[in-house]
Amino acid sequence: MDKTESKKEMPLEGLTVQEKHTEVSAGKDRTLRTPPKLNRSPLHGLWALTNRDLRKWYTNPVQLIVSLIQPIVWLALFGKALNFGSFISGSGASPAQQNAILQSFFGTTSYFSFLACGMLAFIVLFTSAFSGMSVVFDRRFGFLNKALSTPVARGSIVMGKILQSVGRSLVQAAIILVIAVLLGMDTTHFTVPGIAGTFVVIFLMGMGLSALFTMLALRSADWQTQMAIINLINLPLLFASNALFPTKIMPTWLQDVVKVNPVTYANDATRQLLIGATGMNNLLVDFAILIGFAAILSAVGIVLSWKLLSK
Amino acid sequence: MSPAIVKVEKLSKTFGNLKAVDNVSFEIKEGEIFGLLGPNGAGKTTTINMLTTLLKPTSGDAKVCGFNILKQANEVRRNVGVVPQEYTADEDMTGKNNILLCADLYGIPRSDSKPHAEELLKLVELQDAANKKVSTYSGGMRRRLELACGLINYPRLLFLDEPTLGLDVQTRTAVWKYIKTLKEEYRMTLLMTTHYLEEADSLCDRIAIIDHGHIIKIGSPEELKESVGGDVIVVVIKELEPDISSDIAQIKLVKDVKKNNNTYRIKAELGEEASPQITDLIRSKGLHVTRVSLTKPTLDEAYLEFTGRNLREEEVDKLQMFRQRVTMRRARS
Repeated sequence: MDKTESKKEMPLEGLTVQEKHTEVSAGKDRTLRTPPKLNRSPLHGLWALTNRDLRKWYTNPVQLIVSLIQPIVWLALFGKALNFGSFISGSGASPAQQNAILQSFFGTTSYFSFLACGMLAFIVLFTSAFSGMSVVFDRRFGFLNKALSTPVARGSIVMGKILQSVGRSLVQAAIILVIAVLLGMDTTHFTVPGIAGTFVVIFLMGMGLSALFTMLALRSADWQTQMAIINLINLPLLFASNALFPTKIMPTWLQDVVKVNPVTYANDATRQLLIGATGMNNLLVDFAILIGFAAILSAVGIVLSWKLLSK
Repeated sequence: MSPAIVKVEKLSKTFGNLKAVDNVSFEIKEGEIFGLLGPNGAGKTTTINMLTTLLKPTSGDAKVCGFNILKQANEVRRNVGVVPQEYTADEDMTGKNNILLCADLYGIPRSDSKPHAEELLKLVELQDAANKKVSTYSGGMRRRLELACGLINYPRLLFLDEPTLGLDVQTRTAVWKYIKTLKEEYRMTLLMTTHYLEEADSLCDRIAIIDHGHIIKIGSPEELKESVGGDVIVVVIKELEPDISSDIAQIKLVKDVKKNNNTYRIKAELGEEASPQITDLIRSKGLHVTRVSLTKPTLDEAYLEFTGRNLREEEVDKLQMFRQRVTMRRARS
């Protein structure tokens, strides 16, 4: 039916339309009818999305400085004030005995160095926690809908949020490490592979944690709720870990909780890598758990993005 | 007849108990400007969101640019441009970088998107502000930037959701000009929603009036106006007598004549053609015409006829209302 109809009209209508077309395309800069070859790889746009969020941060030094002040305050005030060394030196024990006691609790003789490693986890945890907030704002102000109306992979939208948060974590952790050294962190055990390994740990932990927080924000357009969720999860993750205190001094029920907290394994690994502390687990075990944590949560995040981003 | 570029078949979307779009079917022909006209919460944006693959329909199906919106969502996305109601540009980035970001999301190589972005910035007259941050843009500039972003992927079909919401008259006129350019010079098909009647009237080739999720009427603006009754011609004659109402009623195009003293109120089809016939008739009777006026029915009347005069106090989507408020506020900045 359709074909015969259009054939009838062809000689008359077809010509005039074509004439108009050529006339138009000759006069204008470029018509919208010559699209280029598109990059159809499922990863296209991932870097553009990641960089969009990263740029907000690195072009705004106020944000960078503010996000560094909190762990510095913790390092300087908490780390220096809570001097376990002076507790023990008042007990009348010999320096060798004091060191033995510290070593048995913290795996090292310097609590400050112990805490400095914990602060690396702290900054990653708090940076990751806010990775979900930008999803909320993108949804609220429509950018998310804009991205969803393009052929960019839904998973890339989530991975972009995760990777930008990991990028921030890496840079901030590097700065914290430098400041910790300046404030007196024990550097005698620093090695190049040790430092490199530390950043791998930070990468994995950042990936897993930001996947978790991004996931929780996928459906939300309400930033107050998101803030409440962040606080609800963040502090327990910090306190129910070995970031501030060694597991040994905790009650056994808390120790069980600490052992399922991935932050614990990150701390355990960085302490072994950076300050040569006696760890709870073999380094390989720590890494295996962190890799599993990052991979599983990112995968779940991508799968959820297919289901939750569009209603 | 040009082939259909959009074919919607019995599309429905339900949110909880609310039937936002209820069994809607329509077609859009290649090259036309198709308007969805209706009050707040009528289902316009929901319809657009389904056609642009942002929402999954509860039931029904649609083909956009020949691709199924459910099974070939990515092909649909590659072929259409979307200019959403809200201002989605990233405020911390420059106008040009915003367009390039959109291009990256479509997978357009930079070798093409860079010169194309410049062209589009020229089209929407933003070339001078291209390298300024969007946070310094006025509402009108933001709207034009959104339009440029929606065009970066060489779409065959462009969706415009309330393109002039809250804009000042100058910007609104400019946006109308761009829309006409896209249709006439770029041969693009456009689907726009609006609740401004004069906008629908002056831009759209065909309009679907939509309310409570149903399409009530589809037709050209003229057809819609005609369907609520014809033009009104008022003729004032110098002489009070004789009454020539019945003679006027004899004219083919005239539908109804009412006389009040020396004033005749005549309803007619095609008022421009009917009025000279009427004045000729009056003169042939030896009478003198002192004044003639012709009033065309407005789209407002058609719209109110179809959607009713009741004020709307329905609950609408919270998030959507928030975005609309933000859009209005920014449009005025």
